[in-house]
Amino acid sequence: MIRHVILRVMSKLLIPVIMLFALYVQFHGDYGPGGGFQAGVIFGAAIILYALMFGLETAEAVFPPRVLELLVTFGILLYGGTGIAAIFEGGNFLDYSALAHEPVHGQHLGILLVELGVGITVASVMATIFFYFAGRGRRDV
Amino acid sequence: MIDVIHIVLFTFLAVIAIAVIRLRDLFAAVMLMGIFSLLSASLFTVMDAVDVAFTEAAVGAGISTVLMLATLSLTTSKESTLYQRPQPMALIAVILTGAALVYATFDMPRYGDASAPIHHHVADYYIARTEGDIGVPNMVTAILASYRGYDTWGETTVIFTACVAVMLLLGGGRTYYRWRHRDDAEGESDGP
Repeated sequence: MIRHVILRVMSKLLIPVIMLFALYVQFHGDYGPGGGFQAGVIFGAAIILYALMFGLETAEAVFPPRVLELLVTFGILLYGGTGIAAIFEGGNFLDYSALAHEPVHGQHLGILLVELGVGITVASVMATIFFYFAGRGRRDV
Repeated sequence: MIDVIHIVLFTFLAVIAIAVIRLRDLFAAVMLMGIFSLLSASLFTVMDAVDVAFTEAAVGAGISTVLMLATLSLTTSKESTLYQRPQPMALIAVILTGAALVYATFDMPRYGDASAPIHHHVADYYIARTEGDIGVPNMVTAILASYRGYDTWGETTVIFTACVAVMLLLGGGRTYYRWRHRDDAEGESDGP
């Protein structure tokens, strides 16, 4: 853990706000700038900031690498699953209009799920890559 | 007025690019690359491409800088000062390529030209139909996630593939497993 008090206190204040902002970007992407990719990157940055300030071991206890690896695949499967679900509902792959009775509602639902999948994958990929970079010197040498 | 902002931002970009080339301190170079991305994001914002600016700020100025710093902590933050003979062929190649690129920009439509081909291929369809088809105020999200959902699916797969590649290159689960059980294995091999 880094001993800089100011950095630690400020990052403690900032990390929840950054995560909240990521969720805002994620779920407000239909209405304003942003979307799953940006939200995922911001959320990943919050995890990385936590790891930088409080050490890799603490960060890996909070965000276990096994869970992050599962989330990497879960996000992409959520995206693909939405597309497959559209096929089962009688549409084409990723044709969200088939997901609900009203085509527009189906589009809203599809976009929400797909963006969520992108966000989960991107956030966990960013954190995983950082953990692999940062933990390299300690693990296998 | 907007032209002045463009010129100032582009001048800053050029200055930072030259500074990054000339710097030997890689830590400062990484920081300058972050500022470079932030200036690019400002340029995109001035050009009303808010979503692109958002991505550039989050990825270029945020994550890339952090990953570069993580890499520097693994290697060294000083560029090796091995003197190399000037390469005139390299300079000629760079100047020729640059001249070709500048020549190609003369064929491009002017910035903000409403009759440019890019604004008439499928853009008209998106602008006319997004409200009724998708019902989402942000047209960029509608295009990315729904009209071009297949492309975004491919992009997400690319990110996934990058993650798998990093895991394989930087020591995956097997290496970690070997490390954890290293003492046992050594004990066995030393025994007989």
